[in-house]
Amino acid sequence: MDETRRLIVDQIPHLRRYARALLGDPDAADDLVQDSLTRAMDRLHLWRPGTNMRAWLFSILHNQHVNAARRRARRPDRVGLEPAHDGLHAAPPEQDAGPGLRDLGRALDQLSEDQRQAVLLVGLEGLAYTEAAEVLDVPLGTVMSRLNRGRQRLRELMGADAAPAIRRVK
Amino acid sequence: MTGPEPIDRDDLHAYVDGRLALEAQLRVEGRLAQHPEDAAAVHAYRLQNSELRETFAPVLDEPLPPNLQAAIAAGTATRPKPAPSFRFGPARLSWAAASVMLLLAGGAGGWLLHGWSGTPGGNGGSFAEQALGAHRVFVSEVRHPVEVGAEQEAHLVAWLSKRLGTKLRAPELAAAGFELVGGRLLAEGARPAAQMMYEDAGGRRLTVYLRAIEGAEQTAFRFVEEAGVSAFYWIDEDYAYALVAPLEREPLLRIAHQIYRDLERQ
Repeated sequence: MDETRRLIVDQIPHLRRYARALLGDPDAADDLVQDSLTRAMDRLHLWRPGTNMRAWLFSILHNQHVNAARRRARRPDRVGLEPAHDGLHAAPPEQDAGPGLRDLGRALDQLSEDQRQAVLLVGLEGLAYTEAAEVLDVPLGTVMSRLNRGRQRLRELMGADAAPAIRRVK
Repeated sequence: MTGPEPIDRDDLHAYVDGRLALEAQLRVEGRLAQHPEDAAAVHAYRLQNSELRETFAPVLDEPLPPNLQAAIAAGTATRPKPAPSFRFGPARLSWAAASVMLLLAGGAGGWLLHGWSGTPGGNGGSFAEQALGAHRVFVSEVRHPVEVGAEQEAHLVAWLSKRLGTKLRAPELAAAGFELVGGRLLAEGARPAAQMMYEDAGGRRLTVYLRAIEGAEQTAFRFVEEAGVSAFYWIDEDYAYALVAPLEREPLLRIAHQIYRDLERQ
């Protein structure tokens, strides 16, 4: 049990980082991580020692995130199909992450939810493509096309410094 | 007009993320020269990865909020210890073990330096850090840079082979201007590791560091640079290798390829 707990604790900073990048808002991100950890502890009997703890925890977090978004979407006082993401990356100026976070955050905001997840799981968290497919519960090919579109879009959004030299005149 | 052979889209991403085996990596590298637009995309995507990690790195160092610690503690206090379940049988388990190794070996860029610790999920002394550390310690030695000198190459190779449990050979790097100085046995935790040192005419020293690594997948070359010293490191056939030298990325990569080919021939 202690070993299992240690494996979970090791992943908490990574879950927080992913949630922070996914949602933008630090408090919402930690709420999501807390819900996910509670869920994981409830379902610990389903985890098999020796299997991939990281993929298991990220799957749980992904499902919690999707469920929360669905709940919010059903609430009558809210409109929009992607309520989980409210452009919060740009919000708190007192956050001490500097201009980098605002630019990158704003660009991330403009990706579709699917693209953002793929780009962050692979590019930020370093998950293998097969792991990302497991976490998102989609085929590998879907991960690759979301990753491709997300990276292309991000490249357009981040502008000239991310795409130097080669720019075709239409 | 028939242009040069296109690069597969998935290969391009796998190249960016350091997920290609060496042969595929070299193939993509070769084609990038003929596809400047793909090369620009590789550059942009790599920049995205490093900016993402840089931007969100501070989150990893933040202290855990008490409610998150409590979420774990409450669970451990109230849950009875579950019986381990192996119902899914060996096929499932080995798939899982493989994906753990993938994640240990995988990823591109700096923070994954923490991988290859030999224990799943562990963040202990990483392979590349060990190699860089050993390089720094021993290249500055004037009188005793190696335990066994190049004049006893046969003995050196036999000795290190025995301790590492493989048939080693000192890579031939004369074409790159480096001659063998000798080698030494090191300890990485409780495991034996070997370091071979080379020197060029200008007195620049290069080290090749290796140790056994169990059950890992072959990886692409990964690059890391730290305070003027660069390293390429990779896994091939149950061994992890690092090439460390005060060289730029490109010349170092050429030497890494040479070592890789040299080892292939054995």
